[in-house]
Amino acid sequence: MSVLDLDLHELAGRVRRGELSAEEVAEQSLERIREASALNAFLHVSEDAVRVRARELDARRARGETLGALAGVPIAVKDSLCTVDAPTTCASKILTRDGTKESGYRPPYDATVVDRLRRADALLVGKTNQDEFAMGSSSENSAFGPVLNPWDITRTPGGSSGGSAVSVASGLALAALGSDTGGSIRQPAAFTGTVGIKPSYGRVSRYGLVAFASSLDQVGPFARDVRSAARVLEVIAGHDPRDSTSRETPVGDYVAACDREPKGLRIGVPEDYFGPGLDAEIAVAVRAALDRLTTEGCRVVPLSMPTTAHGVATYYVLATAEASSNLARFDGVRYGMRVERAGADLASLYRASRGAGFGAEVKRRILLGTYVLSAGYYDAYYRKAQAVRELVRADFARAFEEVDVIVTPTSPTPAFLLGERLDDPLAMYLADVYTLPASLAGLAALSLPVGLTEAKAGQATLPIGLQVMAPAFAEDTLVRAAAAIERSSHFAGRRPPA
Amino acid sequence: MAVTLDEVRRIARLAHLEVTEEELPRWAAELGKIIDYVNELAEVDTANVRPSTDPASPRAPLRTDAAEAGLDRDAALSAAPRTHDGAFAVPAFVDES
Repeated sequence: MSVLDLDLHELAGRVRRGELSAEEVAEQSLERIREASALNAFLHVSEDAVRVRARELDARRARGETLGALAGVPIAVKDSLCTVDAPTTCASKILTRDGTKESGYRPPYDATVVDRLRRADALLVGKTNQDEFAMGSSSENSAFGPVLNPWDITRTPGGSSGGSAVSVASGLALAALGSDTGGSIRQPAAFTGTVGIKPSYGRVSRYGLVAFASSLDQVGPFARDVRSAARVLEVIAGHDPRDSTSRETPVGDYVAACDREPKGLRIGVPEDYFGPGLDAEIAVAVRAALDRLTTEGCRVVPLSMPTTAHGVATYYVLATAEASSNLARFDGVRYGMRVERAGADLASLYRASRGAGFGAEVKRRILLGTYVLSAGYYDAYYRKAQAVRELVRADFARAFEEVDVIVTPTSPTPAFLLGERLDDPLAMYLADVYTLPASLAGLAALSLPVGLTEAKAGQATLPIGLQVMAPAFAEDTLVRAAAAIERSSHFAGRRPPA
Repeated sequence: MAVTLDEVRRIARLAHLEVTEEELPRWAAELGKIIDYVNELAEVDTANVRPSTDPASPRAPLRTDAAEAGLDRDAALSAAPRTHDGAFAVPAFVDES
């Protein structure tokens, strides 16, 4: 057994007590990352930096210092987060000098979440692959090639945080950070059999997260189990003066909340999430998990959430509008790719740099976002979507008067085939139908694995994800319910074949 | 709803995005299809709803209004493709309108 197969708390404990050297952990993680390079989960592996860091931790411990909560824990970081010691490209050519990932942008500062991981003595092993600017649900929209799903390498790991999900699913790291705008942590968690938390809007600082849609973006953890994800969340959560949307609400004891029995919890189940388009095996697995909660003293309450159907349309108006504005900063002047033709003026420098640097999906969303914000369309699309967003929020507010958490499938299907939806943007957008509402309402939500599909002829068995949603800043209730579902699901320990 | 080639040209110009003439029909078709889909929002009754931009209801806390050191100039310029005299360098321009 590799030390990488240890539980996150156990590994950190051993490193803190000096029973295991951080250097050994680092070497094993680097070796596994090398062995799994065909999955294309990493855009940059911090070989030298992580070795230096591990030796430093071991030396500090030898001097009698007490190490942090994540001592020696190998953690992968999505490339949408700024790191001073590694390139940050967001899987886009526009954040490179010449189109190669080696020429990637070097930020002059760390994202706050990265800084907090370092202070907790984690080992940051590298930067993970993703959909370009987090725009996608399959990790195929990367300028540096798609990420493969270790459960079946002909399938996508989901997206946009596919590399982070795979790094945890394949045991290359014990945890990872992703970002979730409409499901970019939860959906890849479901596709890879990992736990992924999208914290409440305002729970975690976005300082140093490359912005996609600022009213929706949140940073959150991936891990193999709920308690480990809860530990990482405790480390990264909390107010940051550098992000005015981060809130001063105190961070809870999320690990302790995982150990609280679920008895008495009221679990809402909106039938709107179990309609046409939902894979039958997923419906069965989610309902079975709900039945087990009932036997543990939880009460299941049927809900009606009629606005669910409008989540996709609302999201794709608001998120693209915000993206078209946020991505205006990539202009070829201050960082990244600059395309300047002879005799060019400033406007043509912008156009040429952006035309050469952005990939197709990013251009599609910038165009769509510009369209819905342009004169004549603003009221019909952008303002209308803002109003529908209020209705979505009101739907949840009503529901949370009656229930403590809401349980649904995370995704209508298990991992789909590479290329299957690449030529049909709308089909790709519909992959997020169950995760978008919680993003629009700013809720705390997570996905955890509750089973595997039956192996069919010529098709591998694939993980099934269940989504739990809780009111904003009720992360303690969220992980309490999720940990109970996890204990009765017996998924823990299942690992992908490759 | 059909999106015309001229509309794609117009929004590409607004977005400072170079698109080739050959790409235009594809963008028009794809955007038209997505716009068709989001048109379902028109059917939702929002007559008594106030649109909101802020997903977190209470006001964000304000920081103390005190001067503090920002990013060092050399660090800020360190990733720029072209700099000149401690500033970002751009082509000469007179009128962008």
